[in-house]
Amino acid sequence: MLGLAPDDWEIIRLSLKVSAVAVLVTLPIAFGLAWLLARMRFPGKFLVDGLIHLPLVLPPVVTGWMLLLAFGNNGPLGRFFEQWLGITFMFRWTGAALAAAVMALPLMVRAIRLSIEAVDRRLEGAARTLGASALRTFLTITVPLSLPGVLAATVLGFARSIGEFGATITFVSNIPGETRTLPIAIYTALQMPGAEAVVTRLAIISVILSLAALVASEALARRSGQGQGGHVL
Amino acid sequence: MSFEIDVTRQLGDAAVRLSLRADAGLTALFGPSGAGKTSVLNMVAGLLRPDAGRIVVDGELLFDSATRVDLPPERRRIGYVFQDGRLFPHKRVRANLVYGERLAAPEHRWIGFDDVVAFLGIGHLLDRWPRTLSGGEAQRVAIGRALLSAPRFLLMDEPLSSLDAARREEIMSVIERVRDELRLPILYVSHDRAEVDRLATTIVPIGL
Repeated sequence: MLGLAPDDWEIIRLSLKVSAVAVLVTLPIAFGLAWLLARMRFPGKFLVDGLIHLPLVLPPVVTGWMLLLAFGNNGPLGRFFEQWLGITFMFRWTGAALAAAVMALPLMVRAIRLSIEAVDRRLEGAARTLGASALRTFLTITVPLSLPGVLAATVLGFARSIGEFGATITFVSNIPGETRTLPIAIYTALQMPGAEAVVTRLAIISVILSLAALVASEALARRSGQGQGGHVL
Repeated sequence: MSFEIDVTRQLGDAAVRLSLRADAGLTALFGPSGAGKTSVLNMVAGLLRPDAGRIVVDGELLFDSATRVDLPPERRRIGYVFQDGRLFPHKRVRANLVYGERLAAPEHRWIGFDDVVAFLGIGHLLDRWPRTLSGGEAQRVAIGRALLSAPRFLLMDEPLSSLDAARREEIMSVIERVRDELRLPILYVSHDRAEVDRLATTIVPIGL
């Protein structure tokens, strides 16, 4: 199909794995942060908000370098994850997923936050009067009603992760089979004379993957939004 | 069955202050818009905390600032019918109706799903989405949803105000039947004199 080489398949598989893990792990974290920012008032809120949004405005290389400091083998967080959870990030696909997650986080938090802010809080009050605890109200009213934002966040986060380049290559370098995701593979091929065909193939794959994510999200939104006619993007 | 409500609450520049004793039947809080009638209902429901006061319903203490009693809304066993229905938009009518029923303790339930559906004549609406309902239909479903949550009494906040004349008449007769046939005590808020005169067994002027 498409005349893909075995190497291409490996790159696609790796990119999908990195992006899927990044988005799935980030999703609950992003929801929690979005809820915190949308609903809570606490000292230092602007700081949390700023910190989340930093990767959006920083040069990705700087984000990658900061990840290196924090999650490198001698970084405080890197040592923590290594010792307590047995997860290493350096030069591993997990590091690529972490970089993608950090870069995708601000986009995901924004999308979900907007959705939570759009939830009619009086509906939550109605649920409470019907006998639902605060937690049940959150799970049966708040979360389902902010689903359009969750879907938008998933698509945006996935697209951002698939395209992630600067922070990844700075943080975990360019290792075939571990950290050489689609954009890094394209970049690598561009550096080699006579590899134009590879570049073209990989670029086409990128377009197809991104389009597929969009189409899938629209289909999901249509199914989940029957009652409300929700739209994802 | 009785209501004992003494509450004060500062809302911006205005202060809501109410003291009322009422027995079963339909007690109407009657007064102009902005007099804080809805705030009183929200305080009885537990959605708004009074600055000070005491709320006792049917001998059970729901709120008392002196002894720091403040039951959360889900433990007050109230049924609240809002001005705008406030049905859950992501659930069909049937799921809206059973939302509170499933959460009520079995020993508290005093009316079944089929009885409520027949009582309100909403059998043909069960598979519809809330956004496809007319105002009157939505309000009947909202009343049904409140009844099924096994409440000891109902709070009704201007339940007729978003309806046209024909629907008002229809919902008013439903409310009369809740009052007379189901014998459910009702705390009712309205600014409409005719409506209050017709429905209320006790009228409490507020902000007049």
